[in-house]
Amino acid sequence: MIAVLKHELSGYFHSLTAYIFGAFLMAFVGIGAMIYNIQQAVANFEYVLSFVSLAFVVLVPILTMRVIAEERKQKTDQLLYSLPITSVQVVAGKYLALLAVYFIPLCIVSIYPWMFARYGEVYLPASYGSIAAFFMMGAALISVGMFISSLTENLGFAAGIAISVILLNYYSVSLAEHVSSTAFGSVAVLWVLSCLLGVMIRFLTGDEGLAYGAAFVLIAATGAAYWIKPELFEGLLPELMKQLSLFERFYTFVSGVFDLTSIVYYCTVIGFFLFLTVQSLEKRRYH
Amino acid sequence: MITVEHLTKRYGEFTAVDDLSFEIEEGHVYGFLGPNGAGKSTTMNMITGCLSATEGRVKIDGYDMFEEPDKAKRLLGYLPEQPPLYMNETPLEYLKFVGEAKGLKGRELTRQIGAVICQTRLEGMENRLIAKLSKGYKQRVGIAQALLGDPKINILDEPTVGLDPIQIVEIRDLIRQLGRERTVVLSSHILSEVQAICEKVLIIAKGKLAAFDAPENLEKLFLASRGISFVAEAEADEVEEILKGMEGISAWQMKRAEDGNVCVEVQIASGEISDLSRSLFFAFAGKQKALLELTAKKANLEDVFIELTENDMPEAGMAKGESKESEAADQ
Repeated sequence: MIAVLKHELSGYFHSLTAYIFGAFLMAFVGIGAMIYNIQQAVANFEYVLSFVSLAFVVLVPILTMRVIAEERKQKTDQLLYSLPITSVQVVAGKYLALLAVYFIPLCIVSIYPWMFARYGEVYLPASYGSIAAFFMMGAALISVGMFISSLTENLGFAAGIAISVILLNYYSVSLAEHVSSTAFGSVAVLWVLSCLLGVMIRFLTGDEGLAYGAAFVLIAATGAAYWIKPELFEGLLPELMKQLSLFERFYTFVSGVFDLTSIVYYCTVIGFFLFLTVQSLEKRRYH
Repeated sequence: MITVEHLTKRYGEFTAVDDLSFEIEEGHVYGFLGPNGAGKSTTMNMITGCLSATEGRVKIDGYDMFEEPDKAKRLLGYLPEQPPLYMNETPLEYLKFVGEAKGLKGRELTRQIGAVICQTRLEGMENRLIAKLSKGYKQRVGIAQALLGDPKINILDEPTVGLDPIQIVEIRDLIRQLGRERTVVLSSHILSEVQAICEKVLIIAKGKLAAFDAPENLEKLFLASRGISFVAEAEADEVEEILKGMEGISAWQMKRAEDGNVCVEVQIASGEISDLSRSLFFAFAGKQKALLELTAKKANLEDVFIELTENDMPEAGMAKGESKESEAADQ
């Protein structure tokens, strides 16, 4: 794992990736700090981070698009498979390297609240709590981007899908107000999601029986639950969209609450997508 | 050293490798021969743990590749068909990563990198970008990577493909040199290459093992296909008459050349080629007909290969059975 980590890090710092990512992140934070903290003289650094969070839509795909897709494109994934290292070690090494590249500019950014505090009253715990949550949210988005990169060998495709997924997640709360809140609407969406899950299982494991089985069981279960107790599904869809939003959870921190459940949620997302990435690598071996 | 048991790989309906079993012993150069699409690369990918098998197992020095991949992979150095190189790195950076991933550290890592650079003659190129290297040098970086960690077995998938003749000779020398200290398995569809460097040959066709023996023994197995070709200054019916009166000939084909001579290919049923050549010569001389050319045709690996891979292999069983006998005889 250490070998992969070192190799990835040297790759990021030898190419432009780490610098472009760092420069963009710091530019966005700089613009935000100038608008909110300096021109409008607001003492809350959290607002800056909230302003910057939209930039993840572009920043994360820049960072993650090539992480596994490029290995496939150059056929170097075969080297990784033949070396005495496991897929878990490969994924962990690559993910830690991405986190390091993300962590470095954030370290510089975390000087800002301390600097502002010297010239005025800044509530530092809220600022640093938000920076920690900002790091966790980014880490979760990076794990999503990494998984998307493991699905294809086309870098553009990996970036495009990552941008749309993150954008969808960003707007999911605003969209939630416009989707159907009736029970049947929720059930219909759950059915579609079950089918999508089936497709994903089929794609990742190649096991058609398992894919059809899982999709069928989920569809039958939601159908039965709807038939017995339809009020369960009332307003479920908008609620679900709010709950799944990584960004919405970050705004809790911005408003000054250090919400541990959200940290747990971010960790779960990271674990889930890293697991899927490992599966996606293994699936290549099982072809 | 490598034991392959009932190895099978299916892609849906298509069977790429079909119930392959063989054993590779320590300290030889083995050639893995087969036409394109015969399943060479698939088999090598499964032996090295890059691909899972649908059925069967692979053991490397007693370690099961699918159950103890970590231990098994440490004994292997693999060069896939397309060298897996990071184009935006230098050979030195690349080898450092591979060495570290193979568990080498510190001074030992530096020593081994120096040694493989020397062995593959990469001196002077180690600090250039791999993307800027010629195909031959890229291939050498790929081989250097496989040599790191001093593995007992090196598996090289078509190591000389796309190289110029001088580079091919150099790489072959290197492989021969490696074969003295360790086991080398190389795949190829170039027969002369396998004949030149391999001590044992595995021929695979349509995913099945068609033959496994030393190249010389394989040639001997196919004595049936030997014959004599000659050009006679005579009429076709005269040649026919002479041949009918001879013993030890099973069949012949005749063709009239543009200059009026008759070209004949004779298949031998029994006896030595030299005896038959002599009696042919005297038979024609006795009838006052000149023989302008007389060539004894010996089966070479190429004939063996074509016969094994093109026909639907009724001979394959025989080749397999007899190869075991001759192996026993060797020991």
